[in-house]
Amino acid sequence: MSAIVNGAGKVVDFVDERITASNWLKRNIRKVFPDHWSFLLGEIALFSFILILLSGVFLTLWFKPSMAHIVYDGAYTPLRGTGMSEAYASTLELSFEVRGGLLMRQVHHWGALVFLAAMSAHMLRVFFTGAFRKPREMNWLVGVTLLFLGVATGFTGYSLPDDLLSGTGLRIIEGGMLAIPVVGTYLSWLLFGGEYPGDDIVSRLYPLHILLFPGLIILLVTVHLMLLWYQKHTHWGGSGKTNKNVVGAPFWPVYVFKAGGFQFIVFGVIILMAATIQINPVWFWGPYDPAVVSAGTQPDWYVGFLDGALRVMPPWEPEIFGYPLTLSVLIPAIILPGLILTPLALYPWIEQYATGDRREHHVLDRPRNQPVRTGIGVAFITFYLQLWIAGGNDFFATVLDIPVNWITRFIQFGLIVLTPLSFWVTKRICIGLQRRDRDTLLHGRETGVIMVSPSGEFSELHEPLDPHSAYDLAFRERQLPIDPGPATDANGVPNPSYKANRRRARLSRFYFGDVVQKPTAEELEAAQHHELERGDRQQELTSGQQ
Amino acid sequence: MSAKSEDMNGHSSSEIVASDRESTPASTSHEADPIADPGLHHPPPRLTDVDPKAERRAERQVAGMFSLASILLVLSIVAYIVFEIAPDDPDDGVSVGDVQISNFTLGITLGLATLLIGLGAVQWARALMKSPELVHERHELRSDDNIREAALADFETGTEETGFGRRKMIRNSLLGSLALLPLPAVVLLRDLGPANGPSPVDAKETTIWSEGVRVVTDVTFQPIRAADLELGQLVNAMPETFEDLPDHGPERINARAKVPVMVIRMAPEELHVAEGRENWHVDGIVAYSKICTHVGCPISLYERTTHHMLCPCHQSTFDLADAGKVIFGPATRSLPQLPLAVDGEGYLIAQSDFHEPVGPTYWER
Ligand code: HEM
Ligand code: FES
Repeated sequence: MSAIVNGAGKVVDFVDERITASNWLKRNIRKVFPDHWSFLLGEIALFSFILILLSGVFLTLWFKPSMAHIVYDGAYTPLRGTGMSEAYASTLELSFEVRGGLLMRQVHHWGALVFLAAMSAHMLRVFFTGAFRKPREMNWLVGVTLLFLGVATGFTGYSLPDDLLSGTGLRIIEGGMLAIPVVGTYLSWLLFGGEYPGDDIVSRLYPLHILLFPGLIILLVTVHLMLLWYQKHTHWGGSGKTNKNVVGAPFWPVYVFKAGGFQFIVFGVIILMAATIQINPVWFWGPYDPAVVSAGTQPDWYVGFLDGALRVMPPWEPEIFGYPLTLSVLIPAIILPGLILTPLALYPWIEQYATGDRREHHVLDRPRNQPVRTGIGVAFITFYLQLWIAGGNDFFATVLDIPVNWITRFIQFGLIVLTPLSFWVTKRICIGLQRRDRDTLLHGRETGVIMVSPSGEFSELHEPLDPHSAYDLAFRERQLPIDPGPATDANGVPNPSYKANRRRARLSRFYFGDVVQKPTAEELEAAQHHELERGDRQQELTSGQQ
Repeated sequence: MSAKSEDMNGHSSSEIVASDRESTPASTSHEADPIADPGLHHPPPRLTDVDPKAERRAERQVAGMFSLASILLVLSIVAYIVFEIAPDDPDDGVSVGDVQISNFTLGITLGLATLLIGLGAVQWARALMKSPELVHERHELRSDDNIREAALADFETGTEETGFGRRKMIRNSLLGSLALLPLPAVVLLRDLGPANGPSPVDAKETTIWSEGVRVVTDVTFQPIRAADLELGQLVNAMPETFEDLPDHGPERINARAKVPVMVIRMAPEELHVAEGRENWHVDGIVAYSKICTHVGCPISLYERTTHHMLCPCHQSTFDLADAGKVIFGPATRSLPQLPLAVDGEGYLIAQSDFHEPVGPTYWER
């Protein structure tokens, strides 16, 4: 045995004699991990989070979470003599008086943007491939919670430096809280320690940002990975890859080296971004002043959709019992996030109810093979993107040289029309692709060679599929809508659950009513027979011409 | 966890299908595939597996990346030392250019070094490590019926032993005290808000504007002579009393979030004077709160010809010639107007505080 193994053996020996570790190791060290580029999205999220933790700890060594008033006399001369909070001054110190401090600030901020983008993309991957289905619903919930915590951590961090942009963000949060019926005024008063902005908020957000939220994220990431480990990763199906096995590379060494290497790649890319692309130059914005705002600045990307929702909302404010209900703020700031997160969290159960499918699924769906789910996902993306564009409507108005109001009106219209339209179009596209798959399976691959038959008909020469490709197209499941059963049994006694069954059958028809089924064995045989005949005729034709 | 997986190791894979038993009408059917599974499709061998030259090349590549990373790491320390950011004379202050050079050199060396370590490791695994394609069986996650029943039985035994069901008095008194437990926790948060001073609602209804307070320009705090304001001119203004507020503590910044106003002069005939506000302007000079009634951003974009005031945050637009009414965007309320007058020396003063709360709508208003 090599020296490495001997060395590791000593450690294993020590641990094993105390907690029977070899037993677990034996079963897990060669655990199989399937490979696909889309499985890297979650890894990007994990690794950028680790980098955020490391850079964040560095920042805490200088950052002062205090809103105590000081007059600046630090190294950045343009602001000398200006009154500001200690938090803002210490962010300037980090940027201008600590070598590598600006780098770590930029690593931390870019890391946050990448973290949230990777988490979102990972979630979309899981959604569109159906990886949330049984037995992975719990991990889906953990993931949704992580996304929420990520946004909360990002927003609290954005508020810490107490520069003009953090303050403006907090002002909008205060406005959102004030819109909450009955308790809003008091909630805001408690959060800010009295009137807005007070001098408490930074020191109150600080423990949330560096302890509570990241702590919860670490906890949930651990649960996420333990569940993943225990349930084994899903894989793309195909020849030899079934619902009952998992095919891929062993954890040790290939996966460890690939994932470990990938961690350094993610680190490297984020550090290079921090080295070359400036982000949040707080000295530019100046310290927070509630009477000043800089036009044209954008919030971090992951809150842009909320800002957009605030922009496109009509000015509704009905009175109830003499109290104002500020729907124009309440809906975008409070109700909308709930309206997005709740169905998102419940989606695995919604689909399970609609399809009646309670089996374990370990093979991923190609998005086209779930036209309705894919349509729902694309409709959600369309909805979200429109809000996001609304969040930058002033920017787009400048670029397109049209009035801002036009964009707002267009998006108000689009949210209602384009969202369902994108569902419908996506569904049709999926069904079209399914039909093409079915044709390919039945008639072979198109070769682009056009033949003329003796009777003068044009047709394209098709080449039969190799068995692996054919199987890859043909292994998916047949999806049939639920049959509600008869309303009465054989003796004419009404079935008490018929109504519920029918409701469910209708939902399942919504999901599966229009899908294109894969061909049956008989259809396949008939088609192949037909192709053969046609091929023979064409053969004759070509040889006849020569 | 370990005990369970051991158990499952004995299962044969055919039992997977057994999970169907708990499904309601299955909508997706398990009918036999129209094409038989041809089995795993093995990729062809890699170049490095068959060509010793390619293998040696890959080896040199990987080692090269790791070595370059070491060099870059050393260079990053050199960059730390060489590219100083502290000014020679502290009075001079820092040069942003120096900071950017330090940031760039540190970041490039560290970033490339980590990137190369990562690329090297991945390349090693891809090109050189023997990478067998392993197939592991999956086993149904549901435990065996016997074990489930046994576990439930154990739980029942334990529950019986507590007497939880029989001893209703103990149970109910325990539940009662547990239900009260969160209350003190919530009450303890009460002092997040200040213990004395005005109630949150009262605080919202008053500002430091009051009768006779001079209107002064923001930043420079100069009183504004009505006659000096030109037609169409807009001035950001504050109450003179703001200057007296202490720097320390929240009072000053809280006032700053409530009292800023915009003073604009228009031709008196352009002004649609609202009922009851006939004497709130001074020869066409009007003042409105600068705090947006939507969610509180300071408003800042004025269009002289139309008298429209746009909030940069969500583009609520207010007509300053028409009592600050909302003409576009999500804001629901007009901008509060500050009644103006002139004092004996011709300077602008407030007639009173605002007649309505400043800023976003809240429940009690
Ligand atoms: C998911 C996790 C996290 C996210 C998304 C996040 C995000 C952010 C963001 C966007 C900022 C503003 C940075 C700027 O431009 O100045 C920030 C500031 C800060 N973060 Fe984090 N952070 C996270 C975790 C942490 C952790 C774990 C720590 C410490 C242990 C930390 C410490 C700090 C400190 C001290 C600041 C203020 C310094 C400054 O603004 O320069 N963060 N964070
Ligand atoms: S804060 Fe002014 S429009 Fe939203």
